[in-house]
Formats: sequence, structure tokens, C-alpha cells
Amino acid sequence: MNEILKKESLSPAVKLMVLNCPFIAEKAQAGQFFILRANELAERIPLTIADYDREQGTITAIFQEMGASTKILGQMEVGDSILDVVGPLGVPSEIEKFDAPVIVVGGGVGIAPIYPVARALKEAGNEVIAVIGARNRELIFWEDKLRAVTDELVICTDDGSYGQKGFVTNAVVDLHTKHGKIACLWAIGPMPMMRAMTNVTRPLGIKTIVSMNPLMMDGTGMCGACRVQVGNETKFACVDGPEFDGHLVDFDLALKRLSIYKNEEKRAIAHMEHQGGGCGCH
Amino acid sequence: MSLKQRADRQAMPCQDAQVRRHNFDEVALGYTEEQAVTEATRCIQCKNPRCKAGCPVEVLIPEFIQAVAERNFAEAARLLKERNALPAICGRVCPQETQCEEKCILGIKGEPVAIGRLERFVADWEMAQPEVKSEAPAAAPKTGYKMAVIGAGPAGLTCAADLAKLGHDVTLFEALHVAGGVLMYGIPEFRLPKAIVAKEIGLLQELGVDIQVNMVAGKTILVRELLQKGYDAVFLGTGAGLPRFMGIPGENLCGVFSANEFLTRTNLMCGYQFPRLNTPVSVGRRVAILGAGNVAMDAARTALRLGAEEVTIVYRRSAKEMPARAEEIEHAHEEGVKFQLLTNPVEIVGDENGWVQSMTCLRYELGEPDASGRRSPVPIPGSEFTIDVDTVIVAIGTDPNPLVTKTTPGLDLNRRGNIVADDDGCTSVPGVFAGGDIVTGAATVILAMGAGKKAAQAMDAYVRNKAAATAQ
Ligand SMILES: Cc1cc2nc3c(=O)[nH]c(=O)nc-3n(C[C@H](O)[C@H](O)[C@H](O)COP(=O)(O)OP(=O)(O)OC[C@H]3O[C@@H](n4cnc5c(N)ncnc54)[C@H](O)[C@@H]3O)c2cc1C
Ligand SMILES: Cc1cc2nc3c(=O)[nH]c(=O)nc-3n(C[C@H](O)[C@H](O)[C@H](O)COP(=O)(O)OP(=O)(O)OC[C@H]3O[C@@H](n4cnc5c(N)ncnc54)[C@H](O)[C@@H]3O)c2cc1C
Ligand code: SF4
Ligand code: SF4
Ligand code: FES
Ligand SMILES: [Mg+2]
Repeated sequence: MNEILKKESLSPAVKLMVLNCPFIAEKAQAGQFFILRANELAERIPLTIADYDREQGTITAIFQEMGASTKILGQMEVGDSILDVVGPLGVPSEIEKFDAPVIVVGGGVGIAPIYPVARALKEAGNEVIAVIGARNRELIFWEDKLRAVTDELVICTDDGSYGQKGFVTNAVVDLHTKHGKIACLWAIGPMPMMRAMTNVTRPLGIKTIVSMNPLMMDGTGMCGACRVQVGNETKFACVDGPEFDGHLVDFDLALKRLSIYKNEEKRAIAHMEHQGGGCGCH
Repeated sequence: MSLKQRADRQAMPCQDAQVRRHNFDEVALGYTEEQAVTEATRCIQCKNPRCKAGCPVEVLIPEFIQAVAERNFAEAARLLKERNALPAICGRVCPQETQCEEKCILGIKGEPVAIGRLERFVADWEMAQPEVKSEAPAAAPKTGYKMAVIGAGPAGLTCAADLAKLGHDVTLFEALHVAGGVLMYGIPEFRLPKAIVAKEIGLLQELGVDIQVNMVAGKTILVRELLQKGYDAVFLGTGAGLPRFMGIPGENLCGVFSANEFLTRTNLMCGYQFPRLNTPVSVGRRVAILGAGNVAMDAARTALRLGAEEVTIVYRRSAKEMPARAEEIEHAHEEGVKFQLLTNPVEIVGDENGWVQSMTCLRYELGEPDASGRRSPVPIPGSEFTIDVDTVIVAIGTDPNPLVTKTTPGLDLNRRGNIVADDDGCTSVPGVFAGGDIVTGAATVILAMGAGKKAAQAMDAYVRNKAAATAQ
């Protein structure tokens, strides 16, 4: 179990892995995630289930190499097994048939998690528009896969090296003008991007679902590390979310909470590189 | 037996407080053989041993103590294990002063027999002697019944062990990546070394229990599916693991942690070995712990060991009402933990980066007794004051986790979300049994074990009766 069956580089820092996880594949739904621990020394980190195949018993993860844990994962190869994988976790996306087009927006590595949402929305009979954005052409992936489950695909790059130049927020405003009514929008990506998106959709009156990615550990509601403020309530993203009404989320607080272990994260990377350096002192 | 010339209660040898507050090694070092024998001879072998009635699993207390007095430690171990599968753990963590030792006759005029310490001594002695190790009781012939146990805390571990001994095929499903429950993720290494818990879990595997970690009931597997997929009965021992918060402003600031998060990062993930191990844990210079139970003491003493300079327990009642084990409070005092009693926070205040800076508190006094019989704390108007802190750890209790209960239709819950189960662990769903903290709310290791034991018996009876009924 938990064997890496396939590994690909989607862009310089973004990798795809297909894992043999039949229990998770059997139950996985759009919007859910899993937690893995690469080896005995590793921390537990959450990743979205970017795709799943119930027959093959596989799930797909797409991750950006950020710090120690994702770099360790990135060094694992086909045939290696991940020590611990648990899921599916979180509440699935609430998919329904809407009376107007819906938009799914993926920013950066967030392009991956919008795929299962788009597919589920399409299967429910919706007109689905996808907007994906990244800094440049190199960071765009899964264009064809998304095209297959959407009616319209808009690609944005900050530098204009591919698709239209500009941010995903601009594209959404244009789409709203073009279609007149948008029933609902999913925005998944870095927190600043999701915050910007909610600021744009609020005056347009578009219901906006965001997928929060706070610090997590157990993923079962036991530790409270993942708490986010939604309206006047404290929610645990791992069991109450990760999807929430973006217009109610306190993004400022959520962004600050992401930095709780900033110093330790730097030390973890330094330690990892030091070890890799073959200095023989460990 | 004569009452004169009885030795004093043997003190527990401990690491020096000033040394131990900087390490994670076990605090209590355990009796030597001589101390154990001396302590055992203090027991007057009552004809009607009151101590036994104080123990939730009725350990054969005078009997095993007699064997210790006779230096027959192997026999003592055998006697202990007749009622208690995890003596090395209970000897360390039971609140003896409110259970067996509270009832000990010697306690009336002087100090009770140190039953817990003797229990620990015997269990440790046995673990150290592989050659004399009393062989695991021969498992009964295979029954062919399949049993599922969900949650590998003390309740689930005990239930699984007893079911396996009865000859059933047992699968134990655990959400985390290791079995043990609170014994692994909550209670710190310096109080309960994880190697001891791991050893007990190893015995379970020897009994043939199939332990499947990383399986979240309610997500990865559903109770209803287990019953459909050929399991004859299911035990729910999922504990009370959902942390409560106070609901005051500032509680989501950076630097405010639940005790569960803080302790799990440190214990389960070995955060104190960061960065060799990869999970970070952080603690500030001045730490406030909210609450005064075992969890609060563990968090306070862990904070010291992680390098905090000043750690303060903030509790709204007085010293008398603190729910923690007496020994833990004493150890915390010795290590330099401070206590702000009759005090409760009303707000946590942060700086411009969203980090905790201080805490505004009110002073309390004790008023009339409340429903629990304890005098209830009443805030003193105008008594507001501020304490400077940079870390706040909330240890005011836990609630049952709803992942399993919400996904199991027909399961009766009480107002608090605990599963309703009778003394044998039977729930409102046929074939589904429950015990431990998920039924009682946060309680003790030994009570959870007792519940797991009873449920194993009831599950055994259930599958046999059902088979008999269908055979007719
Ligand atoms: C529900 C959910 C789904 C996610 N899905 C994906 C995904 O599909 N692809 C992807 O690339 N990333 C995803 N993330 C983020 C991913 O978990 C973090 O990037 C990863 O944990 C960073 O670990 P690190 O040790 O490599 O980096 P670090 O250097 O430790 O951290 C880098 C940054 O990642 C965040 N982070 C650190 N530790 C955690 C943690 N335990 N939990 C969550 N975030 C953390 C913090 O913002 C931190 O500053 C998801 C997060 C959540 C909560
Ligand atoms: C820090 C701390 C210190 C304590 N100190 C003491 C002490 O000194 N003495 C004492 O007697 N008691 C103490 N207690 C209380 C004692 O630990 C508990 O009463 C006891 O562990 C309860 O046992 P349990 O088996 O019911 O649940 P737990 O020990 O909570 O175990 C439940 C298990 O179920 C798992 N689980 C939960 N949900 C699921 C799911 N959906 N699917 C699969 N698995 C699941 C959990 O991960 C966990 O492993 C302490 C508790 C804490 C937190
Ligand atoms: S199990 Fe606990 S209560 Fe019972 S005798 Fe042992 S220490 Fe005392
Ligand atoms: S009550 Fe005390 S003295 Fe009497 S048998 Fe029990 S431990 Fe011994
Ligand atoms: S990750 Fe621990 S409660 Fe959500
Ligand atoms: Mg990390």
C-alpha cells in the first residue's frame, strides 16, 4: 500500500504522484484531502486529492516543493512507498445543479484541486467555466484535462507568456460581464489569491467557495491547529471544511496563522540541506 | 498482624526537580527491590480489603502485595494481570489517591500502602525478565467470528486483547499512524515512556490482533459497512478527543494552542527532537496554561522542558478543586510551575502580527456549591488585571469527536454527544458496543480499560446468542 506508481514534474517546483491507496480511492470525493507522513522522521502534511481512480485504487497528488516535507516527498521515486497515508478527509464539495454558469478558479498549485470540483460540477449537468492562473507559462499544467470537463477555459499568466496577461480576478470580472449571471464560484489557491477573489466577487454578488489550507496535523478534529474564523464562529478546517463561504472567512487572521512555525520551517530546511551535504556529522 | 514497627510509606525515587525540568526522561524512577518489599510488608492483608473496592477493575491487591512481600515477583505479576492487562501503565497514571489508595485502611490514621507504586514495580520487573516472562495466556480455539474495534486507546486495546483471547478474529482500526490513543499522543514521555506503551501493543500483535492504522472510522470506513462486510460486532472506543476552547476574544491568535495540539506535537510527533524529527513545536518565554487537570499539568511541565522561562497554571477555582492527580500537581510545583488560582481570562490580546501579547483576567471567589457539589467560582467585579504572556495553552477539557457518531445512523447520543451505552457497553444499534471516554466523557485510563473488558464479554455473548438464535 501507499506505493508511488507514477511520478511526473509538472513544472520546476510542482510534482505529480499517483499513489496506490485503495481505501482512499474508494471513498474520495471532490473537495477532500488526505494526510501523509513520508517516513519515520517526517511530519504529517495535508494534500488535496487532485484525482482518484476507484477501479485502479489510486489517488493523485500534486504538490509544490515548499519546505522540508514536500522536498522529502519530491525526492521519493516510483516504487517507493509512503509510510503513512490517511483519508479521505474533510467534507466533500457541495455539488448541485445550478441555474446559471459556475466558475472554478485555480491559482498556482491550486489548479490541481479544482479539477475534481470541475468534473463533479460538469457531471451534475452544469455549464462549467475554468479560470487558471500562474506567474508564467511554465507553471500552467492540466490544461487538456480541465478542457475535457469544462465548457470554457481561461488561462491567465502574470507576465503574459501564455493565455491572457493579468490576474485571475480580472478574468472573472470579464466572465461575469460576458455571462450576466454566475451562480457560484470556487476559488482554490494561495490565500492571498483567494482573498483577492472574494474581494472581487463580493460586490458582484457571486457566492464564493474557498478551500482553506491552514496548518494541519491529525486531520480528524483532535488538535485544533487548523482553526479558521468564519463569520463569528471558529471552525476546524479539517472536519468542518476545508471549503467555506469565502465572504465570511477572516483571511488576515488565517494568513497570520500560516506563519506560526516560520522560524522552525527555516531550521527544518537548513537541517535537511546540512544532512544532504554529506558532512558526516549526523 | 501487629500494627507497631511498621515502616514509613516508601518515597518514590525521582529525578531531581531542577534537572528533570530540562529533560524528557521519566520523572519517577521506580522502587528498588528492597523498597518494594519494605512497602509490601506495610500491607496488613485485611480480611475485607477495602482497597480492592476502590479499584475499578478490582485488582487482587492484597494477594499481589503478599507475593511481593515474599519476593515472589513472578507470582505477583501473574496475580496482577488476572484483572489488569496494562499494570505498567496503570501503576504510573492511575489517580490512586482517589481510587485504591483512598480506601486503604492504613490511610485512615496514616499513609496508605503505595499500591500504584508496587503495581508499577511488579510490571517493570516482569518486563525486565524475558526468561521468566509469564507466557501469554493460551488463546482459546478460533471461533470464526470477526470483531472490529475502532480506536486504539486503552478502551479499544483492552477490548481487542480480550476478544482475541476468547478466540475471535479481531481487527483494530486506528485513525492516527500509531496505536495507543492518549497514552501515545497525550501523556508525556516523562510520565509514561512510550516504549512501555509500545511493548503492551506488541503483546496485542502476539495475540493475533490485526492493527490497522491510518483508518478513520466515519471517513475511510463506516461502521455500517463493517457490519455489512462480515464483522459480527463492532466496538467503538474513539475517546473524547475534541478540544474545547473558552470562546473568548483572541483565542485564534498565533501562540494560542489547544493542549492536544501542543502535547501531540511534542509526544506523538516527538517535536522535542526537532529538527532531527520534522514536526515543529514552539513555546514562548512566558506561558499560561488554562485549566488544572492532568492535561494542564502535562502541558505546563512540557512547556518548561521545551524551554519556557515562566509557566503559570490559570484556574478559576481554588487549589482544593484542581482535578489533576495529586502527584502531578506536586511534581509541577517542584519543577517551578506557578499557580494563579481563582483567576480566569476574559480576553487574549495580540500584537500587530497576530501573536499573543497578554491576557486580561478576572479574579474569582468561591460562592455556593454548584450541581457538582463544588463551590462555584464567582467573578469579583472590577478585579481585572493583565498578565504578559506569549503562549497560551488551553486545557479546559474535551468533547467526543463526532466523526463516527454522525455517520452511524440509529446510534443514541446524550446531550453532550457521548454514546449512550449500558454497563456492558451495549448501544442502541444491535451489534455495536462502546466504552471509554466516548461514553463517559473524559475520565481515566483504568475506567476506559474496564469498559473495554466488559464490552469484550458482552460482544462474545452477543455473537454466540445470535448464532444460537439463528440455529433454532
Ligand atoms: C486541506 C489542505 C490541502 C492542501 N493541498 C495541497 C496540494 O494539493 N498541493 C500542495 O502543494 N499543497 C497543498 N497544501 C499545502 C501543503 O500542506 C503545505 O504546502 C505543506 O504542508 C508544506 O510543508 P513543507 O514542510 O514542505 O513546508 P514548510 O516549510 O514546513 O511550510 C511552508 C508553508 O506551508 C504551510 N504549511 C506548513 N506546514 C503545514 C501543515 N502541516 N499543514 C498545512 N500547511 C502547512 C505554511 O504556510 C508554511 O509557511 C494543502 C494544505 C491543506 C490544509
Ligand atoms: C494529557 C492527558 C493526560 C491524562 N492523564 C491521565 C492520568 O494521569 N491518569 C488517567 O487515568 N487518565 C489520564 N488521562 C485520561 C485518559 O488518558 C483517558 O481517559 C483515556 O485515555 C480514555 O481512553 P479511551 O480508550 O476511551 O480513549 P483515547 O485514549 O482517547 O483513545 C481513542 C482512540 O481512538 C482513536 N479515534 C478517534 N476517532 C477515531 C475514528 N473516527 N476512527 C478511528 N480511530 C479513532 C483516537 O485516535 C485514539 O487513538 C489523561 C488524558 C490526557 C489527554
Ligand atoms: S489499577 Fe489503578 S486503581 Fe486499580 S489497583 Fe492498580 S493503581 Fe489502583
Ligand atoms: S486496605 Fe491497605 S492494608 Fe488492607 S489489604 Fe488493602 S492495601 Fe493492604
Ligand atoms: S488538523 Fe487537527 S483538528 Fe484539524
Ligand atoms: Mg514543514
